[in-house]
Amino acid sequence: MNNFTPWAALMGGLFIGVSASLLLWLNGKIAGISGIANGAIWAKTSGDRLWRILFVVGLIIGGLIYVALFPYTIQARSGYPLGLVGAAGLLVGFGTALGSGCTSGHGVCGLGRLSFRSLAATLTFLGAGIVTVFVLRHVLGVGV
Amino acid sequence: MKVKQHIAALMTGILFGFGLGVAQMIDPNKIQNFLDISGAWDASLMLVLGAALSVSFFAVRTILTQQSPRFATRFSLPTKPNVDRSLLIGATLFGVGWGLAGYCPGPGFAALALSSWEPVVFLLTMTAGFILHRFIVRP
Repeated sequence: MNNFTPWAALMGGLFIGVSASLLLWLNGKIAGISGIANGAIWAKTSGDRLWRILFVVGLIIGGLIYVALFPYTIQARSGYPLGLVGAAGLLVGFGTALGSGCTSGHGVCGLGRLSFRSLAATLTFLGAGIVTVFVLRHVLGVGV
Repeated sequence: MKVKQHIAALMTGILFGFGLGVAQMIDPNKIQNFLDISGAWDASLMLVLGAALSVSFFAVRTILTQQSPRFATRFSLPTKPNVDRSLLIGATLFGVGWGLAGYCPGPGFAALALSSWEPVVFLLTMTAGFILHRFIVRP
């Protein structure tokens, strides 16, 4: 096992679960980040666009607060091929739009609602991710 | 009252982004290590998901018994009922992209705090992916 951080993971996961629950309780919205971000582009009303932008801005501020409080705990990765990162973004954007969700929408919220669609989606993207990293690291030798 | 909704969106976003930082999920190596089951496997992501689910599972049950959310008139829940081809193809493409660089949308935004080019490039092409989907699948 490599750099396993169980307590940080559990604590961070609790924050994420509380955030998603609050968004549902207060605004009636599912905390699916791909859907929130994608919807910000195509929103039909300015109010619908604004809450989406504010949530995404909040994500960035939350990351900044973490880095300000706990500097140097996470180092930015260097030397990873940016072309791969670009291709990954394209696949993630297109894939989450087509598959109606990502790790947060299907994983945290969908599984929490016991949605069978979300279970199928989560198992599918986990499987695809595992195969991809296997090929990337152990066949092509990238990023190891 | 719209203002309350907008404040709630900003605050829950901050909490979510902070949680991603605490959980170390803004580190793409940690995501790829989680997916690397035959190599340097790191189970952390499973605990993040488990902890988040332990809250959302019970919260959702309580919340959805209410007439409406606190600051809005109704709950906006996904309506598609069945597993279909779009879901499976979309989730597969997403999973490949996730493994390829170690970013999904949430950490993509929160990782901007690390002042690296990676999340910038990721978010730009992710947006291009959203737009591409709009023009190809739903013209």
